Amino acid sequence: MTSFHINGSLVMVDAEDDTPLLWVIRDAIGLTGTKFGCGIGMCGACTVHVGGRPTRSCITPLASVDGAEVTTIEGLDREGRHPVQKAWADLQVPQCGYCQSGQIMQAASLIKDFPSPTDQDIDAVMAGNLCRCMTYVRIRNAVKQAAAESRKVASDD
Amino acid sequence: MFKKLLIATVALGCLGLAGFGALAWKPAIAPVARPAAGSFAPELVAKGEALAGGGYCAACHTAKGGEKFAGGYEMATPFGAIYSTNITPDPETGIGTWSEAAFRRAMHEGVSRDGSHLLPVFSYDHFTKLSEDDVRALYAYFMTRTPVHAVRRPNGIPFPFNIRYLQAGWKLLFFKPGRFEPDATRSAEWNRGAYLALGLSHCGACHTPRNLLGAEKLGNAYGGAVIDNWVAPALTAANPAPAPWTHEELYDYLRTGTSKLHGTAAGPMFPVVQGLRALPDTDIRALATYFADLDKAADELPHMSGAVSLAMSSALAKQGGPFDPDARLYTAACASCHYNATNAPLAARPDLALNTAVHLSDPSNLIQVMLRGISSEAGMPDVVMPAFGGALSDADIARIAAYLRRTRTSLPPWPDLAAKVAAIRRQYDTAK
Repeated sequence: MTSFHINGSLVMVDAEDDTPLLWVIRDAIGLTGTKFGCGIGMCGACTVHVGGRPTRSCITPLASVDGAEVTTIEGLDREGRHPVQKAWADLQVPQCGYCQSGQIMQAASLIKDFPSPTDQDIDAVMAGNLCRCMTYVRIRNAVKQAAAESRKVASDD
Repeated sequence: MFKKLLIATVALGCLGLAGFGALAWKPAIAPVARPAAGSFAPELVAKGEALAGGGYCAACHTAKGGEKFAGGYEMATPFGAIYSTNITPDPETGIGTWSEAAFRRAMHEGVSRDGSHLLPVFSYDHFTKLSEDDVRALYAYFMTRTPVHAVRRPNGIPFPFNIRYLQAGWKLLFFKPGRFEPDATRSAEWNRGAYLALGLSHCGACHTPRNLLGAEKLGNAYGGAVIDNWVAPALTAANPAPAPWTHEELYDYLRTGTSKLHGTAAGPMFPVVQGLRALPDTDIRALATYFADLDKAADELPHMSGAVSLAMSSALAKQGGPFDPDARLYTAACASCHYNATNAPLAARPDLALNTAVHLSDPSNLIQVMLRGISSEAGMPDVVMPAFGGALSDADIARIAAYLRRTRTSLPPWPDLAAKVAAIRRQYDTAK
């Protein structure tokens, strides 16, 4: 039995230790905002936060998150109004939308680590999140816009 | 003449054997009824609990998925598999009938209650340094645990290593019993660190290389060694990490499981850090003081920031363009977490240009962590590294390791990487 918090709620899961966290999130817990892409940690669609850090859930064994705090796209912001989510809607970033929950989770942590991200920072950190619709230019703009808003919120505080 | 010589030789031999026999023979200590839990002062039990953590007894005396301290943990030694013993106070299968004197003799002399010699996988060569008071506290702690009935698995060591009597010979050659003696020329903190490192926490058991008979080579203390396809790196100035292991880095690593300029405690080092949580901050600082002195970090300190930025900027220069296939694989799999923008790495982004595993002469630790990942419990608190074992082929794991070695260090490439990955993967799969 593995127990952990997901979006603030405690869950107990009875599955093999090496079950991918993604399967548990989607099939056992029923949160389907997180997507299955490649299954080998190479596309980023399954990105969630574990302990506040972006983590590819498709190759994270369930046993690894025992006692951890997991946040999925559903829990990033109660209202769906995280600066990255707002920028995403504002700039109409997604096309098919399949990769966007992973992109948003990755971008949310990017702007925390690098409050004023350069193009090089965005390339390095976001390159592991693939977008088959090639919306990369809009993703880059949205990351910068979200970073700017977060900086403003931080300075207003 | 010849006859006389022969008689003399045989007589001497007999005398030697008799002498050895007398030396090797240890009496049994009479079994006792398990002392009532209430007979131990709660403070003594609490002290014992902290010490049992600092000695991370549970790491070896607990089987995977088994009851704590009930033994059965497999240690793959060059002499064969050895299974740890049950140290819960069960009268039949544990130490329930051991008096304090018997427990003390085991800790200080490596002799079981029944008089047989214990094998040196039990680090009595370190525990002999423990004070009487600390042994008493450990006894109080173990005797107040819940007894677990767990029959011990027989060891897989072949003749003649399985003859307990012969262990006395090993002791004669390699074992120096005696309590820790403080060095009057050193501070109290250094001496506390030395007491913990040499005694309770038995750091040399993994970090000091061993000779063919399995004894620590004391001339090369903390020189680094390989155990179970993991490297216990050198704790001396020979440690190859670009940034020195300073007092602060050692403290962070031992206290939190991670240090900004070196990396994360994973694999067999994780249970050590987990155990050390039971010790107070002052003890962890003492350990850091002892090891920062041992690795001569003070000599390196003036060059520290230079060494860090040199390692990081030369990595940046060598990391390869967007069409370098190795760089692309690294970028897709690793960079989203490990990238740093400047020469000052973020604590949450372990920089591989500084990571100790990338700089060791043996790639095992790097491969292990790539294959297995790191659980939220180990290393950086609550944070996980995914396990790439099920995602990437041996060849791809080897490519990333080779790429890191080539771009993040100026050290020679690791030979036969793919074969090494396959060997570690096999070991892991067998263990599962």
